[in-house]
Amino acid sequence: MNAMVRLLRKLAALLRRQSFDQDLQEEMAFHREQVAKEFEAGGIAPEAARYAAIRQFGNATLLQERSREVVAFRAETVAQDLRFAVRQLLRSPGFAVTAILVLALGIGASTAIFGFVDAVLIQPLPYANPNQLVSVDESETLLPRSNLSRDDYEDWKRLNSTLTSLDVYGGTGFLLRTGSLSEPTPAARVSDGFFRTLGVAPMLGRDFRSGEDRPGQPKIAILSYGTWMKRFGGRRDLIGESISLTGEAYTVVGVLPRNFAFAPRASAELWVPLLDKTGCEKRRSCHNLDGVGRLRNGVTVEAASADMKTIAAQLALQYPGSNKGQSASIVPLSEIVVGKLRPTLVTLLAGAGLLLLIACVNVASLVLVRAESRRRETAVRGALGATPSRLVRQFVTEGLLLASLGCAAGAVLAVVIMSLLARLVPKPMAQGMPFLAVVGLNRHTALFAAGSTLMAALLLAATPALRLAFREIHEGLTDGGKGAASRFWRRLGANLVVVELTVAVVLLAGAGLLAKSFYLLLHVETGIDPSHLATVYIMAPESVYGKPEQQVALYHQILEKVSAFPGVQSAGITSYLPLQCNCDTDWIRIPGRPFHGEHNEVLQRDVSPQYLPALKAKLVRGRMFTAADDASHPQVTILNQSMARKYFPGEDPLGKMIGDGDLTPKSMRQVVGVIEDVREGGLDDEAWPAEYFSIYHAPDNSFAVAARTTQDEKQILPVLLKTLREINPNLGVYGENTMNEQMSASQSALLHRFSTWLVGGFAVLALMLGVVGLYGVVAYSVSQRTREIGVRMALGAQRGAIQRLVLKEAGWLTGMGIIAGLICSVATAHLMRSLLFNVHPWDFSTLLAVAAVLGFSALLASLIPARRASSVNPVKALSAE
Amino acid sequence: MANRAELMPGTLDMLILKTLTRAPLHGYGVAQSIKRVSDDVLTVEEGSLYPALQRLLLQGWVKAEWKKTETNRRARYYTLTAAGRKQLGTEISNFQKMIAAIGQVLEDPQEAV
Repeated sequence: MNAMVRLLRKLAALLRRQSFDQDLQEEMAFHREQVAKEFEAGGIAPEAARYAAIRQFGNATLLQERSREVVAFRAETVAQDLRFAVRQLLRSPGFAVTAILVLALGIGASTAIFGFVDAVLIQPLPYANPNQLVSVDESETLLPRSNLSRDDYEDWKRLNSTLTSLDVYGGTGFLLRTGSLSEPTPAARVSDGFFRTLGVAPMLGRDFRSGEDRPGQPKIAILSYGTWMKRFGGRRDLIGESISLTGEAYTVVGVLPRNFAFAPRASAELWVPLLDKTGCEKRRSCHNLDGVGRLRNGVTVEAASADMKTIAAQLALQYPGSNKGQSASIVPLSEIVVGKLRPTLVTLLAGAGLLLLIACVNVASLVLVRAESRRRETAVRGALGATPSRLVRQFVTEGLLLASLGCAAGAVLAVVIMSLLARLVPKPMAQGMPFLAVVGLNRHTALFAAGSTLMAALLLAATPALRLAFREIHEGLTDGGKGAASRFWRRLGANLVVVELTVAVVLLAGAGLLAKSFYLLLHVETGIDPSHLATVYIMAPESVYGKPEQQVALYHQILEKVSAFPGVQSAGITSYLPLQCNCDTDWIRIPGRPFHGEHNEVLQRDVSPQYLPALKAKLVRGRMFTAADDASHPQVTILNQSMARKYFPGEDPLGKMIGDGDLTPKSMRQVVGVIEDVREGGLDDEAWPAEYFSIYHAPDNSFAVAARTTQDEKQILPVLLKTLREINPNLGVYGENTMNEQMSASQSALLHRFSTWLVGGFAVLALMLGVVGLYGVVAYSVSQRTREIGVRMALGAQRGAIQRLVLKEAGWLTGMGIIAGLICSVATAHLMRSLLFNVHPWDFSTLLAVAAVLGFSALLASLIPARRASSVNPVKALSAE
Repeated sequence: MANRAELMPGTLDMLILKTLTRAPLHGYGVAQSIKRVSDDVLTVEEGSLYPALQRLLLQGWVKAEWKKTETNRRARYYTLTAAGRKQLGTEISNFQKMIAAIGQVLEDPQEAV
């Protein structure tokens, strides 16, 4: 109760501050008058009595202050400090602007990066209870996570006891006919409960009902929001209407919410139920789906994993032909969605954090120099009665003010950086990152910015405050201040610079290693010549090109047209373009070798005879395919070197036979050639064994065309599209691109590019801040030593010797920074080695280059004060006070 | 000024409250009264008197109002409130307990100097 009343009274006093002050002043004046009267009565002259009374009471303002502190809030003195701090900043705008900009840079950059970290790693996936969702897949020795087969899925779903639901999704594509146009449309096939498992309901229409994914059920589809808007104008009466997908009628039953995104199938515009088993799904060994399950309450991922592994082991006994060696892989769904981004993001956040650190240290040393030049002011305030705590509070207030201004500017910067970075992500990749949409200023990022501001403020306040405390102690105890502690604080500025340079070295080294990785990644041996290569995907409608003869005829037609193009050297057709993924595999068996049902997994590519020469793949032995390798001749195959080495070690593979697991006569093929590895998977994936077949043996209506050009391959793309559509307007033609583009836009290249540029940017800023900090410290030290330099020169020191004196000091600081930095960078590089590609964390040339860059910049920065020192006029220096 | 004694810490509030039991007084009056009653031994300085008065006001132990003095000068008079009277009782009894305890310690014959 009492506290409450007191608080109210205090509030009243605060509101009536003016009248409170007046009352107090009048009251005290009255008191003094009375005392003066007393003195007068004692026989002292009126004027003298008045002064005597004033003297007796001492500092009236201080007295008033004390009374006021009893009633008033501390906030009031805080406001005073704040006003004073603002005045201080306004008096030296150069310092203020520099400090605020540097802080804004640090806070802005780290907040922006944190915005991404938050969106990707901290904020939950946009599904109901997302931490119960797991990704359910199979695993085998070669592939720790491989697709789930439809038969296995059905058994797992039936037999498991740890999931409340298990559903599957798989990719597919349709030619969607709208008006007269047929457009290839990426889609997904899902089991009936897929959306219910995620906890997502359509915004319009209905979800798939239980049982609607069984073979023979009617064809229905759910649209993504974007597709509904873009292709159907957002018509609400579309529900119940039928649309034409690759010539078949599907009824639209629902539209997904606008914010729905499912990263593993990000580009899917249409969602259809599984329905009939595809040709491949009739086999239990056809791994073409992925599972997503919801854990029962209280069940851990590990328990679910153990459950599925037990089931997988049972199935392996039951169906050894297809399931031998197949186990289960259960991981949180978030791991599949964002797992690959984690190391990059953590590295970037660490880089931004270091930049923030260096920015704070930089500003702290600026503040320190200013505190030094404000010694007189501090002394005067102390003499006038300011308590030490009040003096320290002034520094804390100034630190807070600087940091808050920096934070405000940093927040603006962060928003700009975030939108810039989000825009830099290429669209196809951004589709797979629905979380990019939530990057921005929100509660988490605001908290982070506030936290870093507070830290910066503390650092800015602590440096001069500690300095103040230590100086007082040592001045009280010794006169010279030769103690280690005092020297440490006297050299605090210099020590801070060493920290700055150390951090700069770490960032530079990190950036250097990432840049080298990036370079090596882009120049990795691909086995092809990626320049002057234009590529395009084609999907031919089943209705016109359903039969193998029709498909082969289409291939010939396309190749003829494209090859006849002016500027096109050669053209080929393939089932999959290189540098995409280590997918579309086949199990092989070599006759005459011991075989126990193991899965010898190799990549399988169907190509036209001109395809490999068009890529400039290098033939090692044997021959390439010819036009004669068609369905009327026995099947032959070309191996890559990895495959030749793995399956025919120390043998000549030419002429050897290869078959499927059961050595079915139809599957048998003879090896006719060996080529150097063509990188089929991503740039940083390992090279897999691969087998090439003639596409005329197993044609398909979905394929890709690659054309080698003599001129700029980019210019040929539009003409290529036009020509292909002229062959048949119903051909779905999409994904036109150049091979170089594909390489530099691939996910691995993009992640590397992002981290290289960002960490590189941080490093350049850090280098600048560190070098400017060094300049500041050396220049300050020169200004402090002007007298000493004057004496030295008067005693005959040469200008060169003076320059060396200054350079030696700078060199000492730089050297310590470089050595400490190099040690730290080997350690940090070790932490980010998952991001490095073919580069050791201790890569000597990078570290050497970093040391050289920093050393050279430091030398440049210290030359200016060194020259100034050597041009000191000894007469002036000595006569100056 | 010769015999000025430092006030024991914590006793100023009690002395002010006690002084105000007789009649409402202004700040100067309080200081004078304490000085006079204590035969010039206890001197209350302006620097501690006014913060103390503010503290008592804040606690609600005294009230303040502006009145005219005998010389027709405006001055702020402090009056003891009921709560203040109660507080004074507690403080006096606490103080006496403490004095008695201190006295006992000082008169301990074994340790007599």
